[in-house]
Amino acid sequence: MGESLPDVPGGDQERGAAFRRPVRTLRVKMVLLGGSGVGKSSLALRFGKDEFRSTSPTVGCAYLTRVVHLSEVTLRFEIWDTAGQEKYHSVTPLYYRGAHAALLVYDISSRESFIRAQLWLKELEKQSVPGSTLTWLVGNKGDLDQDRQVSAQEGKKLAKDRSLFFTETSALSGDQVNELMLDVAHRVYEHVGEEQGGLTEWKETLPEEMYHRDTSNPLSSCCKVGP
Amino acid sequence: MDGEGQRATVAWETGTLAPVDRLRTERADSPTPGLVEGTEPGAGGKSAMFVHAQSFEDLTAEAEEEALRGAELDKSEEDCTEELKALEEQHNNDFSSDGRAKEEDVSSEAWRSHRKHVFVLSEAGKPIYTRYGTEEALSSTMGVMMALVSFVEAEKNIIRSIHADGCKVVFLTKSPLVLVGVSRTCQSDRELLRELQYIYYQIVSLLTLTQLNHIFQHKQNYDLRRLLAGSEYLTDNLLRRLDRDPGLLLSAVTCLPLASSARDVVSSSLQAAKAKSLVFSILLAGDRLVTLVRKKDQVLHHMDLHLVFNLVGSSSSFREGEGWTPICLPKFNTAGFFHAHISYLEPASELCLILVSTDREDFFNMSDCKRRFLERLSKRSAYQTLKDALKCPSYSVAQVGIPELRHFLYKSKSSGLYTSPEFPVVYESDEEQERLMGLYQDLHSCLHHPTRPLRSFYRCSETENLLAWVTSGFELYLCFSPLATKALAVSAVNKLLKWIRKEEDRLFILSPLTY
Repeated sequence: MGESLPDVPGGDQERGAAFRRPVRTLRVKMVLLGGSGVGKSSLALRFGKDEFRSTSPTVGCAYLTRVVHLSEVTLRFEIWDTAGQEKYHSVTPLYYRGAHAALLVYDISSRESFIRAQLWLKELEKQSVPGSTLTWLVGNKGDLDQDRQVSAQEGKKLAKDRSLFFTETSALSGDQVNELMLDVAHRVYEHVGEEQGGLTEWKETLPEEMYHRDTSNPLSSCCKVGP
Repeated sequence: MDGEGQRATVAWETGTLAPVDRLRTERADSPTPGLVEGTEPGAGGKSAMFVHAQSFEDLTAEAEEEALRGAELDKSEEDCTEELKALEEQHNNDFSSDGRAKEEDVSSEAWRSHRKHVFVLSEAGKPIYTRYGTEEALSSTMGVMMALVSFVEAEKNIIRSIHADGCKVVFLTKSPLVLVGVSRTCQSDRELLRELQYIYYQIVSLLTLTQLNHIFQHKQNYDLRRLLAGSEYLTDNLLRRLDRDPGLLLSAVTCLPLASSARDVVSSSLQAAKAKSLVFSILLAGDRLVTLVRKKDQVLHHMDLHLVFNLVGSSSSFREGEGWTPICLPKFNTAGFFHAHISYLEPASELCLILVSTDREDFFNMSDCKRRFLERLSKRSAYQTLKDALKCPSYSVAQVGIPELRHFLYKSKSSGLYTSPEFPVVYESDEEQERLMGLYQDLHSCLHHPTRPLRSFYRCSETENLLAWVTSGFELYLCFSPLATKALAVSAVNKLLKWIRKEEDRLFILSPLTY
């Protein structure tokens, strides 16, 4: 398929990789949401560097980028890894506003985090233009199967009811993480695509107004959320 | 002493990293110490700090907005009551199982014998933080503390401290919070209060005072741990720093030793990478300041700077990508949040850049400032010099050339900066370092005694001899081998001051910039 997920240790190499290819690079805004300690940063780290390290709680929000090459296009994911802690909730709308993709992460070994994810879903639905954000429900910590409190069926059911995509991952082992990333890339490109003017092209020095266009003018594309 | 006093343009109480907008030549040859006290424009510095803080009109507005948003979020959560109730319960259980390795029996002798306890509670007597053990295990103890505070308050009085059984219990009431320190150290009440103040400001820096007041006005028995969850480690770390970091004691920060030519290039590159909303640009190397560029007329208080140091030093989360977080700098303005862009210059580097902005939507602008700064910096050789300097972030006391001198702290009052060599072999272990810090703390309280402050103090003991000296321009603490004599100590001061004068270009930031 010509897709690849190269090891991308840093921003600079990313740029190099992007420019060797003759295809266009489109920007995708993705946000990670969920309760505290469910593994959002660990997932982000897997996306970015394919590493696992135990991290300290995210302060505010972390921004990282990740390039995914599809056969006909290169997508530059701009990932907003938000803090799960309640005190930062008031600023979180900044990050999911205008996002093309949202990952609602919970910890399969914590029922509480599953309920938290649903609260986040409500927030997200309330704030965003319907259909503008493709949303995934992600049950993380798949490696803790022995302590599971939320069954895969339950996750699937919720996802189906609310028209979300669903997957279970393990940031620790890396299981299903790349698959998730590719799935997001494909679906965002198909649904939002640049045809509708949903994705902007990425230039080496990104002018500031691109960001503003991205956020202040949430996509009014026609695609539907969900399978 | 060669005109060291000249540096004093700001009283130590303000302790700001104040503007030292003077030409270098001016400072080099003014041999008169003592002329400073009368001419010290400390008050000016102080008023500038607060007046300008309030002139940031958008800050307060934003805080109100935050509070509103917070309220909204509360409401939205009330909608899904059932789930939430279950959630809350679980939440409460979660606090105990939070795995902070604090599972300590609060009735045990081990718990009792910790050198310093710190408790934070709400005015309703609800536990908010304890340094050791878990909060819920201590709810009755904290209830007693609150009872003591209210009992004395009912008599229109304030409880300050209790001294009993080798313990000092110090109270700090900062509505809506009450902080209590219980210490077995020989620190004075005043020193302990200062530490509690740090803890108070640490909490304010996460939430703003406006939000704190708002919360407790609406719900007196609110469990603040809900909002502080996940940040306890910041307070834990700050307490550790208070025991070990001379900067917190001296109300000063220390710099990465760096050739002044290289530092100037770094500063000017940072100065050039400015933006409208940018208020402070801070470059750190670990716990050391490389440079700080600020908006004209805006001054950063050392306490705020230490809170930033603590935040950056405690969290690994800025290592992955670029951090963007609301942060309140309580000495600047307790009402509003700044927004800090925090990132390391290179993945494995110690160099961390903090860009403090007033605009929470300005992430990409800040990110661009960083890019421009890096671009400028990499074009010049200064970046390599800076990286080389990182390899020796400290210096040995042997460089001073006073054989009996083991260690010292020197603070320049006007710049709010201090310098200190690395610990010698004698003080290699953590316990020894903390013991030495304890001795310095002791001298510090004598020099800054509220009613009988000392100008100088010489103390002999079996393990070391200490000399402390404060003038209007500087504060100096020296630690000698126990074999040194007083005469030697006094002559060492002269020699040391000459050495510091010779090295000041490298050890201090002599030409701070503004944009």
